[in-house]
Amino acid sequence: MKVEQISVFLENRAGRLAEVAEILGKNGINIRALSLADTTDFGILRLIVNDREKAKEVLKEAGFTVGITEVVAVEVDDEPGGLAKILTPLSEEGINVEYMYAFVEKSRNKAVLIFRFENTDKAIEVLAKNNITILDGEQVYSL
Amino acid sequence: MIWNDEMETLPREALEALQLKRLKQVVERVYATVPFYRKKFQEAGITPDDIKSLDDLKRLPFTTKEDLRENYPFGMFAVPLKQVVRIHASSGTTGKPTVVGYTKRDIETWSELMARSLYAAGVTKEDIIQNAYGYGLFTGGLGVHYGAEKIGATVIPISGGHSKRQIMIMKDFGATVLTCTPSYALHLAEVAEEMGVEPRSTILKVGIFGAEPWTEEMRREIEELWNIKAIDIYGLSEIIGPGVSIECEEAQNGLHIFEDHFIPEIIDPETGENLPYGEYGELVITTITKEAFPVIRYRTRDITRLIKEPCICGRTFVRMDRVRGRTDDMLIIRGVNVFPSQIEEILISTKGVLPHYMIIVDREGTLDTLEVQVEVDEKIFSDEVRKLQQLARKIEQNIKETIGISAKVKLVEPKTLQRFEGKARRVIDKRKLFNGGK
Repeated sequence: MKVEQISVFLENRAGRLAEVAEILGKNGINIRALSLADTTDFGILRLIVNDREKAKEVLKEAGFTVGITEVVAVEVDDEPGGLAKILTPLSEEGINVEYMYAFVEKSRNKAVLIFRFENTDKAIEVLAKNNITILDGEQVYSL
Repeated sequence: MIWNDEMETLPREALEALQLKRLKQVVERVYATVPFYRKKFQEAGITPDDIKSLDDLKRLPFTTKEDLRENYPFGMFAVPLKQVVRIHASSGTTGKPTVVGYTKRDIETWSELMARSLYAAGVTKEDIIQNAYGYGLFTGGLGVHYGAEKIGATVIPISGGHSKRQIMIMKDFGATVLTCTPSYALHLAEVAEEMGVEPRSTILKVGIFGAEPWTEEMRREIEELWNIKAIDIYGLSEIIGPGVSIECEEAQNGLHIFEDHFIPEIIDPETGENLPYGEYGELVITTITKEAFPVIRYRTRDITRLIKEPCICGRTFVRMDRVRGRTDDMLIIRGVNVFPSQIEEILISTKGVLPHYMIIVDREGTLDTLEVQVEVDEKIFSDEVRKLQQLARKIEQNIKETIGISAKVKLVEPKTLQRFEGKARRVIDKRKLFNGGK
C-alpha cells in the first residue's frame, strides 16, 4: 500500500537539477512523477522512479544526499472535485498532509496523487475506509 | 596628556627595579596560594628564590588559556573568594568561559590604568564619554566606566547595540568621546548618515577603539568619517581587561604597555623562545600587581612586536605594535571571541552528530558577518523542507544563545566544502585585515 519515494537535497545552484536528470537518464531510470520544493538556500527534489534502488545508488555515487521515504499514491477520476473527495475525509479525521503532488494518466483518464502524511498508517486506514483507490508500489513504478 | 606623571615617565632603571621587586612578590604569592602555580614551578625545578633578576622571568613556565579552563571557575584565584569584589568572564574554546576575579585593590588598579588610558587619548573631566562597549561579564564596558569616573568625566553607560538610539543620544547629550569596537564605530557612522545626521557635524573629538584587530586603513576611515582622533586600546580579561596598553594621542604609533603593572615578552609561538625587541611573535604578559587573579607568563595568543625606542609623549614604557593576528584559531567577530570548536559543539548538541561544516566570516559594509555552512548528509537530511529549515533555525538560535552573536546557517550539499589535506578546512575569514602580517 506504500510507495517508496526518492528525495534528493539540492543546493540552489544553476544546473543541479539538470545534473540529476542526466544521471538518471544515462542509467536508464524513468521518472514517473516528481516535485521540487525550494527555499532561498536549498531545494528538495522528490521523485517516483521505476528503479529506486538503482536511482539511489547512482545519485549517491555522484555525491548527492539521497533519502527514501514512504508515501501513499491514490488514484482518482480526472474530473472536477476529484481532489476534494480525498482531502475532505482526511481532514475530518485530523490527518495532516506534509506535502503532496499529482500527475495525470492520460490513457486511463485518471489522476494519481502522491501524499506524504505525518502518520502514514492512519492515513491509509482512513482512505481505505472511504473506498478510495490506493495504488501499491509496483503499480506506480510501472505506470 | 599624562595622568600619572611619576609612574608613566619613570626612568627605565627605576622602572625595572620596581618591576623586579613586584615580580618577586607576585611569584612568591602565587607559589604560596595557587596550587596550580606551585605544582608547575616545582615541575620546572624553580622556587621563588630563583628569581633574582628580571631575566629570570624566562625560567618560569608559561600559563595558557587551557590552564585557566582546567581550573574553572575559581581555581586560579590567589585570594579567598570573600576578598573578591568582582567577577568577569570571557568566552573560551568550549562552552565554559574563562573566569577572572578582582579584589577591591584590583578594581582600583584597573581604574587607574583606564584613567591613564583615557588621559593618553586626550580625554579629561570636561569630556562626555559615550561608552558603547558591552556592560556585563565582558570587561570592556565596566573597564572604561571606572576609568572615566576616576578622571571625573561624564559617562553615558549606553553599552552596545541600539544604533539609532546611540546616534540620538550622542547628538542630544553632546558626547565628545566614543568608546566601542572599531567596526561598530564604522557602523554607527553609517547609521548616522541613514538618519540624516552628518557624523562630522557631531562634536565628537576622540574615539577609543579596541577588543578586535583593526588596521591603519580603518583608522583613517574612522577619523575621516567622524572627524575625530581614533586611538587603539588593548587589553584582555585574563590580564585585567582594557587598559593593558594604549596609544598616546601625540604619536598614535604603538601602544604603551603599563609596565609598572605588567611585564611583556615576545616569544616564538612554536619554540617558546624569547625574541628580541622589534621582532614579531606572541605577546606574553606577567601581571605583577594583581591580587585576585595574577597570571605568570600568560600566552595571549596575540601576534605583535615590542618597540623600545622612546616615544615623543614622554612615557618611558615600551610600546607594542598593533595586534597583527592570532596564533590560534580564535576569531573576533564584532568584538566577541569565537572559537571554531564552540560552533562544533553547538552542531553536535543540536543534532547529536557532527556534520561537516565551514565557518565563513566576512564584513558586509562595516559589520562582521558569520555564516555557518552545514553539509546535509543522510543523517540530517529530511524530505520535508520544514524540518531542514527548523534545523537551520535551531542551530542559529543555539549560536546566538551560546556565543551571543547572530549567525546565518546555510545548508549545503555534501563535499561542496573544501577539504584541506584530507581534513576539512573549517574557517574562511574573508575580512583579510592584514595581508601576511605575521
